[in-house]
Amino acid sequence: MAKRKTTRVALTGNEAMALAMKQINPDVVAAYPITPATEIVQLFSKYVADGEVDTEFVPVESEHSAMSACVGAAAAGARVMTGTASQGLALMHEILYIASALRLPITMCVVNRALSAPINIHCDHSDTMGSRDAGWIQIYTENVQEAYASVIVAVKSAEKANLPALVTTDGFVLSHGMEAVEIFDDEDVREFLGERKPLYNLLDIDNPITIGPLDLQDYFFEHKRAQIEAVFESKKHIYDAHREFEEFFGVKLPVFVEPYRLDDAEYAIVVMGSSAGTGKDAVDVMRDERGIKVGLLRMRIFRPFPFEEIQKYLSKVKYLAVMDRADSLNTMGGPLATEIARALYHLSERPIIHNFVYGLGGRDVPLENFYEVIEKMQWIAAGNTPERMVDYVGVRE
Amino acid sequence: MATKKARTLRDLARMKRALAPGHRACAGCPFPVILKILMSATDDPLVIANATGCMEVTSTIFPYTAWPVPWIHNAFENAAATISGVESAYKALKRRGKIKTEKEIKFIAIGGDGGTYDIGLQSLSGAIERGHDFLYILYNNEGYMNTGIQRSSATPMYASTTTSPAGKVIPGKLQWRKEITDIMIAHQAKYVAQASPSHWVDFMKKVQKALETKGPTFINVISPCQPGWNYPPDMSIELARLAVESKYWILYEYRSDANNGLGGYKINYRPRKEVSIVEFLKPQRRYRHILDRPELIKDIEDHIRRNWERLERLEKELPLEE
Repeated sequence: MAKRKTTRVALTGNEAMALAMKQINPDVVAAYPITPATEIVQLFSKYVADGEVDTEFVPVESEHSAMSACVGAAAAGARVMTGTASQGLALMHEILYIASALRLPITMCVVNRALSAPINIHCDHSDTMGSRDAGWIQIYTENVQEAYASVIVAVKSAEKANLPALVTTDGFVLSHGMEAVEIFDDEDVREFLGERKPLYNLLDIDNPITIGPLDLQDYFFEHKRAQIEAVFESKKHIYDAHREFEEFFGVKLPVFVEPYRLDDAEYAIVVMGSSAGTGKDAVDVMRDERGIKVGLLRMRIFRPFPFEEIQKYLSKVKYLAVMDRADSLNTMGGPLATEIARALYHLSERPIIHNFVYGLGGRDVPLENFYEVIEKMQWIAAGNTPERMVDYVGVRE
Repeated sequence: MATKKARTLRDLARMKRALAPGHRACAGCPFPVILKILMSATDDPLVIANATGCMEVTSTIFPYTAWPVPWIHNAFENAAATISGVESAYKALKRRGKIKTEKEIKFIAIGGDGGTYDIGLQSLSGAIERGHDFLYILYNNEGYMNTGIQRSSATPMYASTTTSPAGKVIPGKLQWRKEITDIMIAHQAKYVAQASPSHWVDFMKKVQKALETKGPTFINVISPCQPGWNYPPDMSIELARLAVESKYWILYEYRSDANNGLGGYKINYRPRKEVSIVEFLKPQRRYRHILDRPELIKDIEDHIRRNWERLERLEKELPLEE
């Protein structure tokens, strides 16, 4: 593992993502401002204005057009990036599916922010959870350092899998929170990524192709099936991209999940994003001061869903608290719990699962939330049955 | 730009670049003719983005395609945004020496009136404002014909559609269509024109002028719709001609850089003799409920007169010299 040179700088999440984009120097960036992701676009347009990148920057009139232009540019063989949040991602929704089905490896920086209504600018995961079935690789980061590295490795993963990828930071918590970050040299980032080698190219005028034809009952299913298979296969590509990243830069990065003190755990917490840091602290307190055998599994990649890793780390725990920062409004809680339950259901050995929805609309997530979650799981362990499949923590009821 | 010369229909028929036979457009649909004229106007490589609609649906059913040039369909409302991405990729990749061809590629977005006047207006407005180098072709059949003849904001006054049906009380659509060509002029698109497949030499010249112009350009082409306007299928080009002869559809062009940037207008065709609007309306069953309503026909006549007079004044005030 040859360690590449790094420089330590203080960066916010948005600055780190914009810097990664600068170092990547994509062919095309098409983007539209939205709180709390605006800075990414803003900083990037300054890099363009100062000639620090020679990217073609397309300051579109909406997120719908941002993703539409990204699709056009990626189909023309370009390496393409964008950034957005919340309502912006929702406005892109229609085109997200087209980007993935056309197998276009667009990379998007998303700052997680609650979806309206009520309108709010702070963090929860309802925006990207709303896009969970759009066929995009989804990477949720815990801190600014990881967000920076994840943008770079996402481009590699996307281009290997020929699928689009999004990397998220928790709105304000990470996007505006400053950390000391080890950054790589521009040349190293560019060398690591090399050139994009597209599957097909709209600008190859000697070999004209038709992209996005009408596809009816006799072929649609086969094509959708092929896309589904590409998602199955993407897992390997994502692992390869991370291994190459590790080998090239000499820096370790968790891939799908990150286990924390799970080895002998009876209780486990699953959480995504920045709250995992708080969760790990809470695990330390509960283990070291209260003697509870509790561990934590941070999900870093939610799409493709890491069911094998979930089975590996969680089938042996007895009580599993799944924490969702979004609610499916289906009376069963959040999507993470539903999918984890599916991943474990058919195993002979599996935990009792309870779901906790937390931190909606940027509600602060203190250590107490995690204590409360584990206390509830202990109450269940004592033979009690909860009234509902889901509890809401940190909210005035 | 390598323009091609076609003066007679025989010349046009010999031009090779066109939709392949076997496309599934309706009998009598004029858009294959429109595309033939469009693609025959130049030898330059073309890349086309097509909005969802009749044209996309009938020319590409997998595993077939009728398109002889690189073509992309993204969605309904975003042909202009899509081509702006393609054109941006071209600029970036050219700058980085990654484009194989020496020839200059021309970019064209094509949408129907629903995808242009209505759901795609924002996307088009943004792409024009940003100044991308592309031609937008609007094939205007005055309604949502692909979904089964619903009103759009291009549907003319009193036309009966399935969502503006002529009933016992309401005589079809009750609004004038908005003038999207004016809207594009207001955007200061570099070159803006209206055309008709009946006047194909004029249309072809306009395509050539648009493609020779750097920056965003726009051509609004009338495209009679046999099932939507409901007329005999051999009458499409004839109806397009009657639209022009009756001044219902004015062939004109605009350049934003004329007259030292004040802009310049030119009416390209002045009908020699007066043709009554009734001749245009009568073959179309979408208008049959107004044929015995002279007061409604007078409304249409007055509207046509106003439009013509307005354009003549603009032309007089700001003439476009060749």
